[in-house]
Amino acid sequence: MSRSRLFSRIGAGIVKELSRGQCTAFCRTSFIQRPYSARWQPRVELYPETKGHRGTISQKHRQFSSTATSSDSADGSDLNEMISVAFVDKDGEETDIKVPIGMSMLEAAHENDIELEGACEGSLACSTCHVIVTDMEYYNKLEDPTDEENDMLDLAFGLTETSRLGCQVIAKPELNGMRVALPAATRNFAVDGYVPKPH
Amino acid sequence: MAIFDQAIRRLSLSLSRRRSSLSFSTLSSNPLRVCVVGAGPAGFYTAEKMLKAHQGAEVDIIDRLPTPFGLVRSGVAPDHPETKIVMNQFSKAAQHERCSFFGNVILGSSVSLSELRELYHVVVLAYGAESDRALGIPGEYLSGIHSAREFVWWYNGHPDGKNLSPDLKSTDTAVILGQGNVALDVARILLQSTSVLATTDIASHALEALEQSSIRKVYLVGRRGPAQAACTAKELREVLGIKDLYIHINEVDLHKSPEDEEVLKNNRIHRRVYELLSKAATSAPSHPSSSQRELHFVFFRKPDRFLDSGEGSGRVAGVHFEKTMLKAVGPGKQIAVGTGSYEDLDCGLVLKSIGYKSVPVDGLPFDHEKGNFKRKEKIKGWCTLSDHFCWMCYFIHEKRYKAG
Repeated sequence: MSRSRLFSRIGAGIVKELSRGQCTAFCRTSFIQRPYSARWQPRVELYPETKGHRGTISQKHRQFSSTATSSDSADGSDLNEMISVAFVDKDGEETDIKVPIGMSMLEAAHENDIELEGACEGSLACSTCHVIVTDMEYYNKLEDPTDEENDMLDLAFGLTETSRLGCQVIAKPELNGMRVALPAATRNFAVDGYVPKPH
Repeated sequence: MAIFDQAIRRLSLSLSRRRSSLSFSTLSSNPLRVCVVGAGPAGFYTAEKMLKAHQGAEVDIIDRLPTPFGLVRSGVAPDHPETKIVMNQFSKAAQHERCSFFGNVILGSSVSLSELRELYHVVVLAYGAESDRALGIPGEYLSGIHSAREFVWWYNGHPDGKNLSPDLKSTDTAVILGQGNVALDVARILLQSTSVLATTDIASHALEALEQSSIRKVYLVGRRGPAQAACTAKELREVLGIKDLYIHINEVDLHKSPEDEEVLKNNRIHRRVYELLSKAATSAPSHPSSSQRELHFVFFRKPDRFLDSGEGSGRVAGVHFEKTMLKAVGPGKQIAVGTGSYEDLDCGLVLKSIGYKSVPVDGLPFDHEKGNFKRKEKIKGWCTLSDHFCWMCYFIHEKRYKAG
């Protein structure tokens, strides 16, 4: 079994253990650091003026309860709660995971130790969670990207016709069986197309 | 001083642990020791990748400031807090057991590059570009002319920016040279309502100065046209959406050459920027109301010299521009050439947002014209396989301000 599959099985096993008989809540608060002071100030950000953030911020602070009721049954095959998604890395290796309805692909990747960076933690301020939906059929089932998502996609490395930001692709029943590919590189590896040569 | 001593003591401890032979082995007895100079995004991403790629690698990140994060802290505009969230990721990297951060360590004075080469197997220079490109035109050193970089440092509370004290009270017009994202940032800070700015992380001395500012008109001036504007859609949309702001763009400037059409067809970023500018030009009312602040996008103007008020005040009073036109010099590349026709813009504040230059360091050949290291030159004694490696981090020279 490949390492990534082993890890995702272990990860799923741990989640099952934690959630046995009770709900596991995932909640996150962000910390904003004041310029040049040492104090961390925990703050829940509210951006009423910026419509692009409405969806993502409420997403971020939502309490996720794992599906305690069905977790004991065969690996979330209950389609009302979970869908199957496959992540294909740049070497072609596939990792099949289960994603609860309502969770973004970015969060799902992190839950399953898939290497998808999300530098801005899902706030539409970067392009590091860029994924490519391999089948046009599934791409068309997604809601159209907002202007804000398009702004960040503009900056993504290796953009394709079916590229989206992983933090904006939210699991829903119609996406069961979707495959998403991780791009070959991110902006952090190539600045303006320049590929550094070893010397 | 105590912090400085502590930093040197820690580095000496590193020296005593140094092994003489280079090894990328996974044995913890001979770890790969890496020094990253510069604790901004380039430094931290490098450190993260090194820690992950080499089991047992030890990474020390040094910075001349006492606090890390570089431009994320001092460059990102205060009303863009979501861009700063990446500090969480960097903090996690810094808390890694094999990673250490040393602030207040200045390359060149606290420690030299050759000393770092003695202490570490790998030295990565990721200290960015903290100097400015100069226009090299008469009047450039009149008061009232600042680089946008200094102005950004000032409103972000950077320790080296707090004494800038730009005079925002003696004029109602500011001219910003450049149309990239930094230019849009400074325009937005000058034009945004201070009640909105008061809810952000902006430095308090800047907020006070902006509350008393008399600036009502800002010109964003570029040498070329809207199809060449260097800003990106998100920032442009934001500045065009400022409440109660009158936007003016000359419709004549929107004319597209065949080369422009080609660029817009192939480049998503430029196409979306052009569309936003075009929409703003055609949907604006013909003149502002008396209470409105104004933002003018001016294209095809190259600064020829700065004008002073002529009373020996030493203050800038305007900019003398040469009108330009585009000339194709290669596939997809058009440059601005002067037409010999001139125009003046009166103003009391000029912000130059025309790009950065890096600063040289003792021990490495530097291209002073380009403001960067001579990447392609073979440097004797540097890249010897048997001994030490030295990488230039390609983020040193920021040609273009990344979004945010």
